[in-house]
Amino acid sequence: MDFLNALALITNYILLPGFTYGSQLALGALGVTLIYAVLRFSNFAHGELMSFGAMICILFTWLGQSYGINFGVLPTALIFLPIAIGFTALYCFIIEKFVFAYYRRKKSDPIIFLIASIGVMFFTAGLIRFIIGPSDQNFNDGVRFIFNVREFKAFTGLDEGFGLKTSQAITILTTILLCSILFVFLNKTRTGKSMRAFSDNEDLALLSGIDPNKVVLLTWVIAGGLATFAGVLYGLDKIYKPFIFLQMLLPIFSAAIVGGVGNPIGAVVGGYVIALSELFVTFAYRKVLAYLLPESMEPSGMMQFLSTDYKFAVSFIILVIVLIVRPTGIFRGKTI
Amino acid sequence: MNDVLRRSLVFSTFAVAIVVIGFLQSWNVALGIFNLCLISATMALGVNIQLGYAGIFNAGVMGFAALGGLSAVIISYKPVSETISLGGLGILICILILLLGSVLGVLVYKSNLSQAYKKILFPIIIIVVLLLLNLIGAPAVERIEAFEPAASGFLGGFGLPIILSWIVGGVIAGLVAYLIGKITLGLRSDYLAIATLGIAEVIIYILKNEDWLTRGVKNVNGLPRPVPYEIDLQESTWFIELCKNFGFPLVETSSIVVKLSYCFLFSIVVLTIFILSEVALKSPWGRMMRAIRDNEISARAMGKNVKARHLEIFILGSAIIGLAGAMLTTLEGQFTPTTYQPLRFTFTVWVMVIIGGTGNNYGSLIGGFLVWFLWVEAEPLGLYLVELITSPLSETNPLRIQLITNAAHMRYMMMGLLLLLVLRFAPKGIFPEGR
Repeated sequence: MDFLNALALITNYILLPGFTYGSQLALGALGVTLIYAVLRFSNFAHGELMSFGAMICILFTWLGQSYGINFGVLPTALIFLPIAIGFTALYCFIIEKFVFAYYRRKKSDPIIFLIASIGVMFFTAGLIRFIIGPSDQNFNDGVRFIFNVREFKAFTGLDEGFGLKTSQAITILTTILLCSILFVFLNKTRTGKSMRAFSDNEDLALLSGIDPNKVVLLTWVIAGGLATFAGVLYGLDKIYKPFIFLQMLLPIFSAAIVGGVGNPIGAVVGGYVIALSELFVTFAYRKVLAYLLPESMEPSGMMQFLSTDYKFAVSFIILVIVLIVRPTGIFRGKTI
Repeated sequence: MNDVLRRSLVFSTFAVAIVVIGFLQSWNVALGIFNLCLISATMALGVNIQLGYAGIFNAGVMGFAALGGLSAVIISYKPVSETISLGGLGILICILILLLGSVLGVLVYKSNLSQAYKKILFPIIIIVVLLLLNLIGAPAVERIEAFEPAASGFLGGFGLPIILSWIVGGVIAGLVAYLIGKITLGLRSDYLAIATLGIAEVIIYILKNEDWLTRGVKNVNGLPRPVPYEIDLQESTWFIELCKNFGFPLVETSSIVVKLSYCFLFSIVVLTIFILSEVALKSPWGRMMRAIRDNEISARAMGKNVKARHLEIFILGSAIIGLAGAMLTTLEGQFTPTTYQPLRFTFTVWVMVIIGGTGNNYGSLIGGFLVWFLWVEAEPLGLYLVELITSPLSETNPLRIQLITNAAHMRYMMMGLLLLLVLRFAPKGIFPEGR
């Protein structure tokens, strides 16, 4: 029984939040990695793209709510997600046409691309704050919990329990679905294969008659779509704050690099590695140990490796360790 | 000759802009902007050394600036004797343990033990150090932070003149840069940018959360000044006499005098750094740096130690950024960790350097001046534009109210556009790097 109690505690405070946050990071990192694989630069504007997608979704959700549209038990935002994806993809299309296409034609240095992406980041950040303002927006309606801690305790008769938030379930399920679709697309379809070929060897791909513009545009559209998903799911799960997305850039990049840049599977795994280790390192194990150890050995301190305030530092430390020990990442991506 | 003409033209245009602000808004505002322009230019000079001379992408500018701010607090704030007696010893022991641990770590690293031993010894050292820090540090920190948390709750500083912190800020930033550079400089450009971005975040997190050192988000107010206070000037007889003789308004003149004295101090720093970096750029050392930047492989073939040179330049540039950070905190008279945002510090400074012309010190000066000027003036300008565009709408139109309240954020859009346009149409900036 004690073991089950400890397990329930860990599920509630580490596993569920970890897999949810990990899914959000994974979706973000997938976008970063795809852009890197095809266009060969680190897109610093990706966080703001997530923010942009979420903002569009929020605006349409407000509009829909004012007409009385809702999605029953699920958040209304999900209805308007496709529209938000459309707008974000269009925005990415515009960015590619007006900013990056020029440098691609000129075959500029990756660092020039990076600086350009910072220009895009600045512009997008300003646009978002100009439209929706800098304050927090909570747009999660519908039922909050599928089952909460109290119901779980009553059902199982344990002393500890875990609750499953609707947003957590949606996030994890959506991520599994999206990743499966993406991997089938990349591995089985002709267009997906042409994308991978372009990423592996640009010259050879051109020689085989693959249209580079088509591949690049498609990459942007997919990255924009994934960014919208990541942004909306993060906003549903926690709260939408325009400035939080610049801070999320670091864990997202860490996830992409830890998994191996340019490798989609790596990005997903990296996302979960980063999120779970953030929570494992900053969790206070006192209660868990109290269940697992005999009474005489009960710990007196919090049994915490690192204060919760340093959550973001964890992703950075992992990044540095990976960069020193294995710069290609877990799944042998490209070195930047 | 063409160069000189171009420079004097651009700089005098900027001078005219400041004078226009002086007449239109007030001389107080104009001088306030100019002081911050000087600080921005210092930061831009620091980043230019890294980005321009050596092509190192440091996305951690914010962190180094914050370290400068921290040193301003530690140097100038008077020591809080109560907290020092409560927990000073514990903190001191912790610092010693950290030092000892690092020395031990380095010794193990340098020793000729086998890899297997090292792999076991490193984690042991880290865990022991962390445990000791927790055992000794945590109670000390708790005692310090519990002492009058609303007014104090931190150790204070050394109570020395704040000007000293400009040098100390540079030194601290340089030391941290040494550690960071050792780890990250072997990486290629993208990784380096991401890693330094992370380090800056971590530094800010530490400053926000270690209340015993910085009071965290409670901020440190009332840092002493290197220049007289307005109120003292207004009460001293010679100043009243002076104002009466020339017919100046007393209150306004006093604050202008204070701003002018800051301006004088900052100008000395900016000019010194500018001249030194110009000399360095024109020296064999500067040529070597540019050779390394332009072709690392052939520079290495010529026997240049690229990694050591990069480390050197990373430390130098970061030290100058730290100095500028200390100057900024001195000017503001308070240390607020929450104001350190990457958009405002790191990336804006990049924009300054790129717009001015990467690798050209004149460019960094004018880039720092212009971008800061635009950054400040974008707010009234954006407001004016929005009001103009939305003027057909009624006063109570929600869209109009929304746009007007958010008009200040136009500055981010403007920065982005400016950067993109310069990068596309004038990638060498206002003053291209000379041959």
